[in-house]
Formats: sequence, structure tokens, C-alpha cells
Amino acid sequence: MEGLLALAAGVLYAAGIYLMLRRRLAQLIIGLGLLSNGTNLLIFSAGGLTRARPPVVPDGASALVAPYADPVPQALVLTAIVIGFGLTAFSLVLAHRVHATVGSDDVDDVGREG
Amino acid sequence: MRILALPILVPLSTAAVLMLAPKRAALQRWISLAGSTVLLVSALLVFLRVNATGIQVLQISAWPAPFGITLVADLLAAMLVVAVGVVGTAVAGVAFSGVDPRREAFGYHPLLHILLMGVAGAFLTGDLFNLYVWFEVMLVASFVLMALNRTRAQMEAAFKYVTINLIASSIFLTALGLLYGATGTLNMADLARVWPTISAPGIDIVLAVLFLIAFSIKAGLFPLFFWLPASYHTPPPAIAAAFAGLLTKVGVYALIRVFTLLFHSAPPALFTLLLAMSAATMVIGLVAALNERDFRRVLSFNLVGHIGYTTASLSLLTPAALAGAIFYVLHHIVVITNLYLVSGVLLRLRRTTDVAGLGGIYRHQPLFSALAMIPVFSLAGVPPLSGFLGKLAILEGTFAAGAYWLGGLVLVVGLLTLLSMGRTWADSFWTAAETQDLAAPSNPYLFAIAGLTMLTLAMTVGAEPLFDLTSRGAQQLLHRDEYVSAVLGGTR
Repeated sequence: MEGLLALAAGVLYAAGIYLMLRRRLAQLIIGLGLLSNGTNLLIFSAGGLTRARPPVVPDGASALVAPYADPVPQALVLTAIVIGFGLTAFSLVLAHRVHATVGSDDVDDVGREG
Repeated sequence: MRILALPILVPLSTAAVLMLAPKRAALQRWISLAGSTVLLVSALLVFLRVNATGIQVLQISAWPAPFGITLVADLLAAMLVVAVGVVGTAVAGVAFSGVDPRREAFGYHPLLHILLMGVAGAFLTGDLFNLYVWFEVMLVASFVLMALNRTRAQMEAAFKYVTINLIASSIFLTALGLLYGATGTLNMADLARVWPTISAPGIDIVLAVLFLIAFSIKAGLFPLFFWLPASYHTPPPAIAAAFAGLLTKVGVYALIRVFTLLFHSAPPALFTLLLAMSAATMVIGLVAALNERDFRRVLSFNLVGHIGYTTASLSLLTPAALAGAIFYVLHHIVVITNLYLVSGVLLRLRRTTDVAGLGGIYRHQPLFSALAMIPVFSLAGVPPLSGFLGKLAILEGTFAAGAYWLGGLVLVVGLLTLLSMGRTWADSFWTAAETQDLAAPSNPYLFAIAGLTMLTLAMTVGAEPLFDLTSRGAQQLLHRDEYVSAVLGGTR
């Protein structure tokens, strides 16, 4: 399962970087989104995956019994998703503004002196 | 130690009050100035406590160390938080001379305080994931401050700035995920304790390089600095001053933190890499500065080049070099903020910062020129000013560590700095020019510049006690046990 997730994260990274190297703003932003989702998957799987073992102390026991799902990466991913969502929203608005100002969504036109 | 949370809570409350308060310009400016003054005072309180009684720790909500979020202030963090207060007060002060109405209506003042909160939080946190969160707080505030306008140049700059910083954040987050996978903790002190027992092959070099790339983008190291000169000359001078003074320093701070706590015993190749990047940053930054004819762009490239000094000293990891680096960072925050404010006055006087449109300032504005001369020559490294002392400290550090070629390079780059700043000074202030001043320098700017200039002079006169402080800060960084036991042992 970890291998599958690692592969998925790798594909997301590769696709994200490929899109970021394209010239259109929209593709760049989708690339950023894929990159941050690839990172989220990576954090999630880096913590190790366990099936159907919630980190809850069972009745009668005084401590968690290994193996259990590590809750910390899930909390990290949740935070990262929220931040990533905000940043993607911001970059979309910025791209819209750039498009309105420059009149093009070609990255090369943005850098050209107007 | 509850007051440790103040440098974060004060700007947060100031921002909240600013958002709720009536949108009258005068009222907003006064609240903003009051808030940043309180921030400066609380930062000084934290610093005095740290200076008197050693590393201070606050476990948020009383969760013991590796489980909750920890705020830690050692001498380095405390001194940098004071610098945040100084820059914040100066930048909030110059708002009285007028802010672009569009920016002011869309939250210029609250965003400035959110930015200060992010920077202070990044310096104070004892948890790497929390550091990422503070980075994002600081970045989002800086994104909006930079993009709050629609001119083509500002859009272009904001776009480059946002994209490269989001990439850096992704890399940082990736490194955090891998680090957690390898160690099971992200608390810095706990990491420093656990790290030597991790034996996964190659994990240290992979993680170190990921952190190096992420923080080098933020700090502006070669070959990842191109976004900085492409963006820092477009926002209004006050915002550029805050960015230049604080944002790259957060990257430098993060590099210092991870390299002293975690990667101190990483393969030497890593330090060679950092050293080579720093050396290239110094040379390329200053050569590029010589090629520029615009006051603000000269400053941008000087900013980049001088970051190289501090990271080159970091790569030696000796107490003397690290003490020099901390001294230089503190000197540089004050001076570069001041110089961006000077560029604001130049912009007001002549509507341009291109040296072609400047000249003759010294004749028309003797008081302003006298004030501006100190930071210009301090950055240039003219004795006896603080820039010279900082370079001297770094030079001693490099020679003591046996890195003679680096010492030579520091001297050559120092000469290039002198050339670049000296020429810029002569062209913009001394040469005769037909152009007349379009306006008088505004008093808030003069007050802020005078204040920061006084501080530079104080750092020059009080260099010995200050150097003593930075030496102790460097010792604290290198003696990790003190940091680790302050955070993990004796937790309440």
C-alpha cells in the first residue's frame, strides 16, 4: 500500500512539475495544486499505513497497542490541505488579476515590458 | 514563561483591532504604530529575560514538549525578535507620510502586523511543522501586500514572487514529511536528540539538501535568488523595507537552526555545497549590483550578496564564524531596512530611484543626506561603522577556521560592495544635477531613518557588548544540549 501511494505521489510531483514548466498561467496553478497534493500524499504515507487500527485505547487497556494508525501525519496533512487550499485560491485570483492587467495568460508576456 | 507568546499575540491583536476599527487613515496609522511599539517592548522583555536567565521555553496549553507546540527563545531568536520589533516600528511609523489609498483601504495595516506575527512566530517556534505554518502566515501576508495593486510591473513581480515561494513551501513540506517518516517527531529539540540514532542510509543528505533548497529560495542564495531582485524594487518603499529587512533573514535563521541542530555532523560535502552556494551568491550578487543603475535594484543585489556572508560563515560551523554571522545579520536588518526607507525619500524627492534622475541631493537636502550617509557607508563596510565590524568578525571567523580563500573572497566582495555603494552614493547624492526636488522629504521618513541610523551608530559604538552577545548566542547554538534540555527536561 505504501508503494502504491509513493508511486501516486511521484506521479503527482512529476505531473505538477511538468505543468509548472508550461507557459500558461492556468497550467502553472494546476501544477502547483498537484505538487501540494503530492506532498500531502507523501506526508500521509511517510507516517506508515495501518488498516483498521484507529489510535484509540481499547477497553480495559491503559495504553495504545501497536500497530495503530499514527494520528500526527493526518493532522499535518489536514493543516497542509487547508493552507494549500488558501494558497491555490490566492494564486487563482492573482492569475485573474495578471490576466486582466497584462491581457494574456502566457508567462512570457507577463515578463515582457509593457 | 508566558511573555514568550507576546511577540506573537501582540501583532495578532493589533491586526484584529485594525480590522475592526473604523477605516479612518489617521486612526489606523496610530493603532498600527502603537501595536508595533508594544511589540518592540515585549520583544525587549523577552530578550532581557533570555539574556539574564538563559533559554526560555513555553509549552503551549501545558502539553509536554514533544507532543504539543513549543515556543523557544534562545539568544539568537530573542535578538531577531527585537529586530522584528524595530523594523515593525520603523515601517509602521513611515505610514504617516501617506500610504497608497488603495492599499490602505484593502488592509495594508493589518497585513503588516500579520507579516510581523509570522516572522516573530518563525523565530520563536520550537517545532519544524509550526515553522512551516509561520512561513505560510508570513508569505500570504507578503503576497497580498505585494499584489495589492494593478500596475503591470507589480503584477509581474508579485507573480514571480508567489510562484517561487509556493515551490519552496512544497519542498519544505516534502522534507518535513520525510523527516517525520524517519524520526517520528518534528519538535526541534526532540529531533536533535533522536537524530543521531537514525541510521537509515543517506537520509541525512537527502533531507539536508531538501531543507537547503527550500530555505535557500527563501533566503535568496545562488542559484535560487533570481526572484528577489526581480520583485523587491516594485512594491512601495515601506513594504520593500519590511521585506528586505525581515523575510530573507527568516530563511537564513531557518538554515542556521536546522544546520546547527540536525545536520552538524552531516557529510562534509553538504557544507562544501553550502559554502560554494554562498560564495557564488556573494560574488554574483555584488557583480550584478555594480551593473545596476537604479538605487533600489543596487540595494536588492547588495541584499542578495550579503546573505552569502552569513551562510558562508554558517557553513564553517565554528563559534567565531557563527558569532560573526549573527552580528552581520543584526547589522544588516537595521541597515538594509533603513536604506529602503532612504529609497522611499528619494522616490518622493525625484519620482524615480534611477541614478540618472538623482544627483545633487546632498546640496538640496543636507540633513537627509547626513542621515542617509551612515547606512550607505555602513553597508559599504567603511570603518568604523557596524558593517565594517561585522565583516571583520566574519573575516576573523574564516581565518580562525583556516578557510583562507573564503577570507580572501570576503575581502574582494567587501571591495565590490564599497565600489557599488560608493558609486551609487556619489551618483545620487554628490554629483551636480539640473533636476530639482519635487517635494520636501516627509518628516515620518526622516524620523524613521534617523532612528535606524542612531541604532546603527549604537551598534557601532556598542559593538563590543553586542559582539559578546552574539558570541554567547553562537555558543548556545553549538551546545545543543542546553537547547534540548531546556525544551525536553524540566517541562512544566
